[in-house]
Amino acid sequence: MPILEHLWIIPLLPLLGAAVNGFFGRTWPNKIVNSVAIGSTGLSFLAALEAVREFSHLSPEQIPWVQQYFSWIEAAKFRAGFDLQIDQLTVVMLLVVTGVGWLIHIYSMGYMAHEGGYYRFFSYLNLFMFFMLILVLAANYVLLFVGWEGVGLASYLLIGFYFLRKSAADAGKKAFIVNRIGDFGFMLGMFLLFRTFGTLDFVALFNKATPLPPDAMGHLGTLTVACLLLFMGAAGKSAQIPLYVWLPDAMEGPTPVSALIHAATMVTAGVYVVARSHVLFMRAPTAMLVVAIVGCATALFAATIGMAQTDIKKVLAYSTVSQLGYMFLACGVGAFSAGIFHLMTHAFFKALLFLAAGSVIHAMGGEQDMLRMGGLSKKIKWTFVTMLTATLAISGIPPLAGFFSKDSILLNAYMSENGGPNVGHLLYAVGLFTALLTAFYMFRLIYLTFYGAPRYDEHHVHVHESPKTMLVPLAILAVLSIVGGWFAAPAFWGKPDYFAKFLEPVFAAPGGSEAATAEAVAHALETPLAIVAVITALLGWFAAYWLYLKRPDKPASLAKSLGGIYQTVLHKYYVDEIYAAVVVRPLLWLSTNVLWKGVDVAAIDGSVNGIAEGLTAIGDGTRRTQSGNTRSYAVWVVVGAIVVVALVFWAHAQPVLGVAR
Amino acid sequence: MSSLFHGGHLLSILIFFPAVGALALLLLRGDDHVFIRRIALIVSTAEFLFSLLMLRGIPLNSGDYRLVEYAQWITTPPIHYHLGVDGISLFLVILTTILTPISVLASWNSIHHRVKEFFVMLLMLEVGVVGVFLSLDLFLFFLFWEVMLIPMAFLIGIWGHERRIYAAVKFVLYTMAGSILMLVGIIWLYNATGTFDLPTIQQMIQTGALVLQPRAEMLLFLAFFVAFAVKVPLFPLHTWLPDAHVEAPTAGSVMLAGVLLKMGTYGMIRFCLPLFPEASRRAAPWVATLAIIGIIYGALVALVQPNLKKLVAYSSVSHLGFIVLGIFAFRNISMQGAVYQMLAHGISTGALFLLVGMLYDRRHTFEISEYGGLATPMPKFAAFFLFAALSSLGLPMLNGFVGEYLILLGTYQSHWQWASWAALGVILSACYLLWSYQRVFLGEVTHEKNKSLADASRREKFILATMSVIILWMGLGSTYFTRRTEASAEAVIDQVEPQRPYEAAAPPVGSPMVKAAGNDTSVVHDTSVVHVTKQIPAAASGR
Repeated sequence: MPILEHLWIIPLLPLLGAAVNGFFGRTWPNKIVNSVAIGSTGLSFLAALEAVREFSHLSPEQIPWVQQYFSWIEAAKFRAGFDLQIDQLTVVMLLVVTGVGWLIHIYSMGYMAHEGGYYRFFSYLNLFMFFMLILVLAANYVLLFVGWEGVGLASYLLIGFYFLRKSAADAGKKAFIVNRIGDFGFMLGMFLLFRTFGTLDFVALFNKATPLPPDAMGHLGTLTVACLLLFMGAAGKSAQIPLYVWLPDAMEGPTPVSALIHAATMVTAGVYVVARSHVLFMRAPTAMLVVAIVGCATALFAATIGMAQTDIKKVLAYSTVSQLGYMFLACGVGAFSAGIFHLMTHAFFKALLFLAAGSVIHAMGGEQDMLRMGGLSKKIKWTFVTMLTATLAISGIPPLAGFFSKDSILLNAYMSENGGPNVGHLLYAVGLFTALLTAFYMFRLIYLTFYGAPRYDEHHVHVHESPKTMLVPLAILAVLSIVGGWFAAPAFWGKPDYFAKFLEPVFAAPGGSEAATAEAVAHALETPLAIVAVITALLGWFAAYWLYLKRPDKPASLAKSLGGIYQTVLHKYYVDEIYAAVVVRPLLWLSTNVLWKGVDVAAIDGSVNGIAEGLTAIGDGTRRTQSGNTRSYAVWVVVGAIVVVALVFWAHAQPVLGVAR
Repeated sequence: MSSLFHGGHLLSILIFFPAVGALALLLLRGDDHVFIRRIALIVSTAEFLFSLLMLRGIPLNSGDYRLVEYAQWITTPPIHYHLGVDGISLFLVILTTILTPISVLASWNSIHHRVKEFFVMLLMLEVGVVGVFLSLDLFLFFLFWEVMLIPMAFLIGIWGHERRIYAAVKFVLYTMAGSILMLVGIIWLYNATGTFDLPTIQQMIQTGALVLQPRAEMLLFLAFFVAFAVKVPLFPLHTWLPDAHVEAPTAGSVMLAGVLLKMGTYGMIRFCLPLFPEASRRAAPWVATLAIIGIIYGALVALVQPNLKKLVAYSSVSHLGFIVLGIFAFRNISMQGAVYQMLAHGISTGALFLLVGMLYDRRHTFEISEYGGLATPMPKFAAFFLFAALSSLGLPMLNGFVGEYLILLGTYQSHWQWASWAALGVILSACYLLWSYQRVFLGEVTHEKNKSLADASRREKFILATMSVIILWMGLGSTYFTRRTEASAEAVIDQVEPQRPYEAAAPPVGSPMVKAAGNDTSVVHDTSVVHVTKQIPAAASGR
C-alpha cells in the first residue's frame, strides 16, 4: 500500500510547487510556472486517487487508517503528532479538494495569463492546497489547526493579491482577523477537550467520548461548551453569523481564488470540523440546536442580502454564505452526511458559478456590475450554458446535483425533533423559504447578465469568449453539477442513498427499530417534500423572470416603494458599520486615549517622572543652602539653634503636660 | 580541587571569551572599521560555535546542572565561582550567542562613529548576559546582572537616536531600582543560611533545613520578583521598555528584546519559584492578573502606535505577559511553553527589530506614516517582514505558535479563566501586526523617497534568511528543544507544586477518579461537570 503508508506525499507535492515557484518563479516564463503549479497539484490529485483506490481495499476494522510520521509538539502528557488519517469522510474531502482544486488551477492558467505576479499567484494557490490537504488529512485537532490557520494565511495572501488596492489589502486583513476571532474559540475548545479527555487525537478522543451520556438540553456541560467553542471557530472559517462579514469582502481576490477558497474548499472547513467532531456534537443537543439555528438564520439572512446586490461576485459570495448555512443546518439536525453531501455538490456548482462569473468578467474586460451587462448569452455561449447549468443546480431543479443535496437537508430538518418537533418544522420552513430566495437571486443574476438589451458601451467593450483552458474546467464542472447528486437518487425509489451509505461507517447512526421507522417515515415524506421544494424553486425562478425579463421597469419602482427596507438590505443591514461603530472605533479610541496616552504616558510615566522631578526639586532646594556665603551660614546656624532649643523644650514639656492631664 | 576540573571549563570559556575578544578590540587602532567589524564577527561567531558544544554535555531527560564549575572565590563571605547549565539556561545561552553575531552583522553599516567602542560594548554585553544565565551563586549572578547593565546603557546612550540620554537613564534607573531590592534579598538569604550558593539554599528549603516565615518569604519573594518584573517587563513596570527600544540602535534592540528581557523570566523560574514556593503560590493570582493585563494592554497600545519600533516594543510587553503567565500557572505544559516562548520570542521579535532597523537605515524614521507601499520597491524585504510577523503572531508551524499554544493549553488545565483572557492576545496580535504590515508595505507608494528604496542587500538577506530558517525549524522541530528542556522545567514545577492533581493522568473518562493529592481526596466525576467544577486556586489551598 505505497500511498496509504506515505500519505504525506499528497500534501507535500503542492508545498514543493509553492516553494519552487515562490523562490525561483519570478524570472521564469509563465509556461514553467504553470507546469510546476499544475503538475504538482495534478500529481497530488493522482496520488489522492491512488490512495482512495488502496483505501477501498481496506477492511472495515482498519478504518480510520492512521499514519504517524513524527512528533511535532511534546510537553508532559501532551503530544501533537504529524499524524495523518484517512476514512470515508476524508476520502470525500480529499477528492473534492484535489479534484476541484486542480481544475481551478488549470482555469487560472488562462484567467491570470495577463496579470502581473503570475508566479506569486500560483505559489500562493499551491500553498493553499498544501494547508487544505493538511486540514482534511489531519488525525488530531492540533494538526487540523495547522491547516486551519494555514488556509487562513493563504486566503489572506490571495485576497490581498492586488495589494496596491487598499480595498484588497483591507479585505485580506479583515478575513484573517475575523477568522482569528473564531480561532480564539477553536483554541479554547481544544484546551477544554484536552482537559476532559487528555488527548486531542481523533481516534482516542472519540473513543473516550463515545460511552459518555449526552448533556441534557439547555445544560452547559463540558461537551456542550466544547462543541460551542469549536463551532465558534467553524463560524469564523465558514462565514456564519456573526462572523460572516469577511467573506463578501474577500471577493477582492482574483476570481479563481473566490471559486477555490471562498466557495468550494476553505469555507467548508467549518462544516468539515463539525462533521468530524460529530461524536461530540451528537452528545451536545444544545450545541446542535445552536448550530442548526445559526446555520438556518445565516442561510436566510445572506440570501436576502444577495437579492439586492449588483456586483456579480458579491451575489455569489452571499449565496455561498447562505449555502454554508444550509450545510450547518444539516449538521445541526444530525444529518451530517447530508451536510457533507451538500458540501460536495456545492463545491461543484459554486466553483462553476464563480469560474463562469470570472469568464463573464474576463469577457467584459473587468466589469463586475451586472447593471452594466445584459444580453451576453449569445456572445459567450459556453459560459452562458455552463453558468445556467450551475444556476439550475443551486436552485434545486431536478435532476441536478443541488436538488438532491438540498432536498436531503430539508427532509432531515423537517424530521428533526431536537428541541421539539416544531423547531424542526420551523427550520424546514425557513430553509424552504430560503430556497425560494436562492432561485430568485440566481435567476436574477442570469437575466441581468445574459438577457435583455446590452447596458454597456459596445464600442469600448469587446465581448469575447474565454480561452479553452478556462472553458474545459467549466465544462467538467458543469457535468459534475448535473450528475454529482445522483448518488442519492436511489432514495426516491426506496433504495439506499449511496452517499449516505458510503459515509455510514463514519457517522454510524444508532441502529435498531427506531432508525428503521425513521427511515420509513423519511421515505414516505421524500416525494411530497421534494415536490414542494421544486414548486418553491420554480416560484423563485418565475419571480425573477417576471421582474427582470418581462417587466424590467418593476425592480426600480419596487425598490422605491420598499424604501427603508430596500436600503437596509442594499447596505447589508449596516452590519459592517455597526461593527465599526461598536467594536473597532471604541477599541482604537480606548487604546489611544485611555491606555496609551492616559495610563502609559500620563499615569505611569507621569508619576515616575514626577518622583524624579520631586527629587530634583528637593536636591535643588538643599543645594541653595550650600551657597558658600558666610553670612547665610550664620543665619542657618541661628535657625538650627532655635529649632534645637524648641525641640528640647517641647520634649520636656510633653510629660509635664501629660501629668497635668 | 577535583571539582574545579569537573566537566572542563567550557562555561568559563563561554563567559570570558567575548571579554577576551573585547580586550583584543581595545588594542586595535580605532580607524580601521572593516577590520574591527571582522574581528567582532569572528569572535562572536566562534563564541556561538563554542556554545553549541554544550549540547554534548547535556543528556536528554536530565534536570541536573551540568558542566559544573565550582571554585572558591572569596572566603569571607564565602562567595563561590559556581557555574552550571541545565535545560532552561542551555538554549538561552545559545540564543544569546547567536543573536550577538547577528547583531554585529546588523550593525555593519549603520554604526559610523566610535565603531571600536561599539563592538567592545556589544561583546561585554554578551559577557554579562551569558554570565547571568550560567551563574549558580547568588552573588556571582548579581555581579553579572549589574555588569550587563553598563554596556547596554552605553549602547543606548551613545549610539542611540534623538532622546537616547533620557532612555538610557530611564533604563538604568528602573533596572537599578529593582536590582537593589534583589541585593537586599540576597543578603538576607545569606544571613539566614550563611551561603550564596543557589543549589545549597534550594536544598535547605526543600529539606526544611531553612524555614521561612510566610511574611519573610513573601518579602523575599517580592524583592526578587520586582527586580525580575522590571526586566521582563511586567505591567505596570514596563514604561522604560518602549523608550529604550526606540532610542537604542538596532543591535541594542535585538539584544534587549532577544535576551535581556528573558533574564527577567529566567530569574523567576530560577529563583522565585524554587526558593519561595509558598509565596509564589500565594502571589500567583496577582502575578497572573498582571501578566494578563500586560498581554491585552500591550497589544492594544501596540495597535495604535504611530511609531513602528514602539509598536514592536509594546508587542514584547504582550508576548512576555504570556511567558509570565505560563510560569505562574505552575503546570508542566505551561512551564514548557514558557521556556519555549522565551526562545521563540527572542528569535521572532529579534527578527522584527532587525527588519525595522533595516528600514531605518534606508529612511531614518520609524514613523509608519512615512512608509506605505514598500512591497513594490522591496518585495523580498516585504516577504521577510511578513514571515517574521507571522511567526510573531503565532502561526502554526512557525516558532511562535508552539510556546503560546503550550502556555495557554497548560494554563487552561487549572485556570480556564486565565487562559481565556490571555487567548484574546492571539486575536490582537494579528490585528496590530497585519495592520502595521499593511500600512508599511501594501498599497501604492505614497512618498516619493520610498519609490527607489533598495531591496534587501546580500548581507541583509543572509541575516534574515538565517532568522527565517530558525523560525521554521523551531516551528516544526520543537521536540528537539523541548526534550532537552523538559526535565529541568519539570524539576522547577516539582518544587513549587509537588502535587498536581490536574496532571495526575489522563483521567479514565466516565469513571470516578480519586484525586492523587494526599491532602485532598475528594472524588471527582470528571465527565460533564469538569467544566463547571469550581477550580480551587493553588494559592487558596491554605496551609
